[in-house]
Amino acid sequence: MDYAIIVEELTKRFGRFTAVDSISFEVKKGEIFGFLGANGAGKTTAMRMLCGLSIPTSGKGSVAGFDIMNQTEYIKRNIGYMSQRFSLYEDLTVWENLRFFAAIYGIKDKEIERRGVRVLQELNFYEERNTLVKDLPLGWKQKLAFSTAIFHRPGIVFLDEPTGGVDPLTRRQFWELIYQTADSGITIFVTTHYMDEAEYCNRVSIMVNGRIEALGSPANLKQQYHAESMDNVFQQLARV
Amino acid sequence: MITVENLTKSYGEVEALKDISFHIDAGKIFGIIGPDGAGKTTLFRILTTLMMADSGQATVDGLDVVKDFARIRHCIGYMPGRFSLYQDLTVEENLHFYASVFNTSIKENYYLVQDIYKQIEPFKKRRAGDLSGGMKQKLALSCALIHRPKALMLDEPTTGVDPVSRKEFWSMLQRLKEQGITILVSTPYMDEATKCDHIALMQKGRLLSVDTPERIVAAYPDVLYAVTGDNNYRLLCKLKENKEVKMCYISGESLRVIFHKNNVPAIEGVEIRQVAPTIEDCFIQLMQ
Repeated sequence: MDYAIIVEELTKRFGRFTAVDSISFEVKKGEIFGFLGANGAGKTTAMRMLCGLSIPTSGKGSVAGFDIMNQTEYIKRNIGYMSQRFSLYEDLTVWENLRFFAAIYGIKDKEIERRGVRVLQELNFYEERNTLVKDLPLGWKQKLAFSTAIFHRPGIVFLDEPTGGVDPLTRRQFWELIYQTADSGITIFVTTHYMDEAEYCNRVSIMVNGRIEALGSPANLKQQYHAESMDNVFQQLARV
Repeated sequence: MITVENLTKSYGEVEALKDISFHIDAGKIFGIIGPDGAGKTTLFRILTTLMMADSGQATVDGLDVVKDFARIRHCIGYMPGRFSLYQDLTVEENLHFYASVFNTSIKENYYLVQDIYKQIEPFKKRRAGDLSGGMKQKLALSCALIHRPKALMLDEPTTGVDPVSRKEFWSMLQRLKEQGITILVSTPYMDEATKCDHIALMQKGRLLSVDTPERIVAAYPDVLYAVTGDNNYRLLCKLKENKEVKMCYISGESLRVIFHKNNVPAIEGVEIRQVAPTIEDCFIQLMQ
């Protein structure tokens, strides 16, 4: 079995505070993995370590085949990242954004031209390629941000609350895009506060006070906690 | 307690509110449910007298939002979407400041905020800027309450908040309602709609529907089915090509499907059962 992420006893301390407390898990290639937890449970700290932005205090692991202790620059080059807060430059056009991010990852102009046109056509954005991003509806921005994050064809893409604030239909279209991407072999690592979205994942983990308290498929977790929904599983675990 | 009649507001070419009308009875929780860009914040700014509408009228407790703006400000508590307390004052200093602005004291109205404030009281010497998200939210609510307002206006208090803290927040609102406070609250989370007495579903400046959550669900015009297969994504692609299917989308562990003329086809290896729509299904239906 090939893994996109393997971590063992990953720990991060800030002074005397342990933000991430010896977590171990793996994510299979092509899997949609939901990373859940209450605010302050340690999700962001863990995610920063997985993205190569923060060095663990102890533990070991690899992301996209690179060591999280000493190969962080390779990790950054081989993953995609999208967050709700920072995703695109508002005062650049659709095309300029795509080109900018692709070029940062070292993709040649010709290749950007060829694939960029196709990506925009698939999203039905081609007509809007010269529109400033700030003039796009939020749902479009998020789809564009996602396509930009996977344009360099990373093995894994990290999505930090990607669907906040969009209408229910656009939210579902976004998840169809996620499914399609996972189907093409790219691993998806996603955080969300929408519990129906937890059900869309192949497996989810739930973090409580820096530790992973539960990990499994939504169906297994619901069975294990005698719960009807993932919301109920979450309420049982995360209430402290 | 609150009336809104034919409110309209544009920013340049963007119509943020298009002819909005509704009313809110005293002592109720009224939810404005809609995504970003629906016009929720514009509506709050008009009702809190911070902005004037282009046309239409609104009143709070019988007072006009334009003519009587100064009096309205005394009888409402407002919690804007963005954290807007003083980051470099401590928890206690913030609360004291808001009480003194309204000529009252923490002591006088402590009973009203006690339930919420006691949870952050152990950190009362900490600067507001150093609090966690959940604690900031509790402090902001305490500050909005400290002058004993008749109506509370909460603009997206639970956005970005985890499901457990969201549930706690709604129980706090329920207890405030029992004290007789009218609550206007907006949220992008459709599952919170059922915690409200009345809701307005809002999209792109328009009201799609205003009623009790129960009646909105009862008015759903189609028969909705949950469809489950081995691979929901592949199943979705297949159903989208099926001519019998009027609409289909993913929903939790299964798909939601509406069939033309309610003709349910037999599909091999797939479980189909009728389900009751949720507010989110109603919203999707009304968006069409």
